[in-house]
Amino acid sequence: MSNTLSRRDFSKLLLSGVAGSALGLFGTSKSAFASTKRVVVIGGGFGGATAAKYLRKLDPSIHVTLVEPKAVYYTCPLSNWVLGGLKTMDDIAHTYAVLKGKYQVNIVPEVVIGIDMVKNTVKLKNGKTLGYDRLIVAPGIDFKYDAIEGYSESVANSQMPHAWQAGSQTTLLQKQLLDMKNGGRVFICAPANPFRCPPGPYERASLIAAYLKAAKPLSKVIILDAKDKFSKQGLFKKGWDRLYPGMIEWRSVALGGKVLKVDAGAMTITTELGVEKGDVINLIPPQRAGKIAVDAALTDATGWCPINPVSFESTLHPGIHVIGDASLAGAMPKSGFAASSQGKVAAAAIVRLFQGKVPAAPSLVNTCYSLLAADYGVSVAGVYKLAVDGIVEIKGAGGLTPLDADDNQLRQEAMFAQGWYQNISQDIWG
Amino acid sequence: MAVKPEIRLTASALIFAVIAAGSSALPGDCRASSNSAKNATARQSESSPRGQILALSCASCHGTDGKSSSVIPTINGRSVEYIETALKGYKSGDRPSTVMARHAKGYTDEELRLISEYFGTLSTTNK
Ligand SMILES: Cc1cc2nc3c(=O)[nH]c(=O)nc-3n(C[C@H](O)[C@H](O)[C@H](O)COP(=O)(O)OP(=O)(O)OC[C@H]3O[C@@H](n4cnc5c(N)ncnc54)[C@H](O)[C@@H]3O)c2cc1C
Repeated sequence: MSNTLSRRDFSKLLLSGVAGSALGLFGTSKSAFASTKRVVVIGGGFGGATAAKYLRKLDPSIHVTLVEPKAVYYTCPLSNWVLGGLKTMDDIAHTYAVLKGKYQVNIVPEVVIGIDMVKNTVKLKNGKTLGYDRLIVAPGIDFKYDAIEGYSESVANSQMPHAWQAGSQTTLLQKQLLDMKNGGRVFICAPANPFRCPPGPYERASLIAAYLKAAKPLSKVIILDAKDKFSKQGLFKKGWDRLYPGMIEWRSVALGGKVLKVDAGAMTITTELGVEKGDVINLIPPQRAGKIAVDAALTDATGWCPINPVSFESTLHPGIHVIGDASLAGAMPKSGFAASSQGKVAAAAIVRLFQGKVPAAPSLVNTCYSLLAADYGVSVAGVYKLAVDGIVEIKGAGGLTPLDADDNQLRQEAMFAQGWYQNISQDIWG
Repeated sequence: MAVKPEIRLTASALIFAVIAAGSSALPGDCRASSNSAKNATARQSESSPRGQILALSCASCHGTDGKSSSVIPTINGRSVEYIETALKGYKSGDRPSTVMARHAKGYTDEELRLISEYFGTLSTTNK
């Protein structure tokens, strides 16, 4: 511990803080002692679906409604594997049948368009309202389509897919790759921090290169980056040299990596250093919390939602918990693993708050696997604790696959990446 | 970052709260967990919030309740001793691993014991 408080003492402080809140000392919502226990969850992705399932598992007396417009949720994790030809869209599709049947979560296939924090209701697109005693907001991300000149939602849906939410966007990018000529140039434009899945653009470059190496070996992948360094950089660069020599080029912000403007008709990108023409342009725009979080004023000036790290309750609106990519979770990355970990913490906290008790100190973890080729995997892990300025990584734990890992470890990590996916999918939707 | 003052503010409010509420209002204490093996449901929602909440993290790779459906090992059904020995071995480096050492180092020995107890007793009460 770097500060003078011991870890446990600090947890106690946080715990009693919530106790204070639950006792009304700090004016939390009346719902802390509600006689009904109704939770509405907005969004059935990694965060929301986990919270819905675990609320029901931890306390079957809680009535849980999950509002999610998609009948089929396609995961971003493994969507790069689809682009690389290692998986199909069916492999990354999940439904809410088990949550509904086995866990008796009330599934409402709708979009939430408003939150009434006085009446404790959410308004659905179909005009109906749902009452809640506690609300979980897990809408993931939205894109800042206006951040780049010439770019728009319709450009993303036609010429320049982001494929940063899986589904039709993934299919569009895949089709463009399949249609591209041998010798074509694929641009991946990566945003500045913070954004969803820090290693994602680089895993994508790797697996697109894997496909091109086999099918269109004269082609190139060029990453235009709005950053000067990136997640697992050493591991990726070493892997690229070994697996795809000369095929992947990374241009940092200092080397003209920042995209200033695009022209969808001409398929060009303008950077500080000039104009580039691409055969496939995968532009990943800057992001913010999902629209409903912005509309409900759950976001601060950063565009993300500040939360109390013990319970993931919004610091702006008591009674509403924000989890997943939309939240400002300190040192935790915006990953599906983190979102799910936060979903469990929020669920456990809500169970205790309904009992009139204070939440237990949270346990937050992350592991992000990235695949560079079918049998070449690397990972970054983190275990987190609460400190004076929020969620921080525990020093000495976590970290990266060693740079000198042998082929056996890399192969094992590729296997575990797939194993992780199977198990977390089942832990959430299965 | 705009969030930092926010959280600091919370933290100072919390220090006030500890004075106001006193330490009697603290159910999250680790000691509460040791007499918890009797009843799985009671343990899940009542007596060992710490052990349970630590163990929930494991499910993201090892499956719900530690039941894996992939190449990742199942923890469910293992004895408390087996799990504890393994976790402490990962932590010390005696037991080779890809990622487990990086995780195990994030927990105190006491926390590793709570996790082991949680999964070890979960499997017996499940039978
Ligand atoms: C290419 C790529 C690869 C990735 N790989 C990994 C990986 O290997 N490991 C990993 O851990 N993470 C990975 N991620 C990150 C991961 O996908 C996200 O961090 C995760 O999806 C965040 O979960 P969430 O619940 O916050 O949001 P989401 O999973 O996006 O879920 C949000 C849900 O809310 C719904 N919703 C939004 N607004 C409303 C509304 N108003 N009403 C009702 N429903 C609404 C949406 O339809 C959506 O289903 C990857 C991401 C990308 C892009």
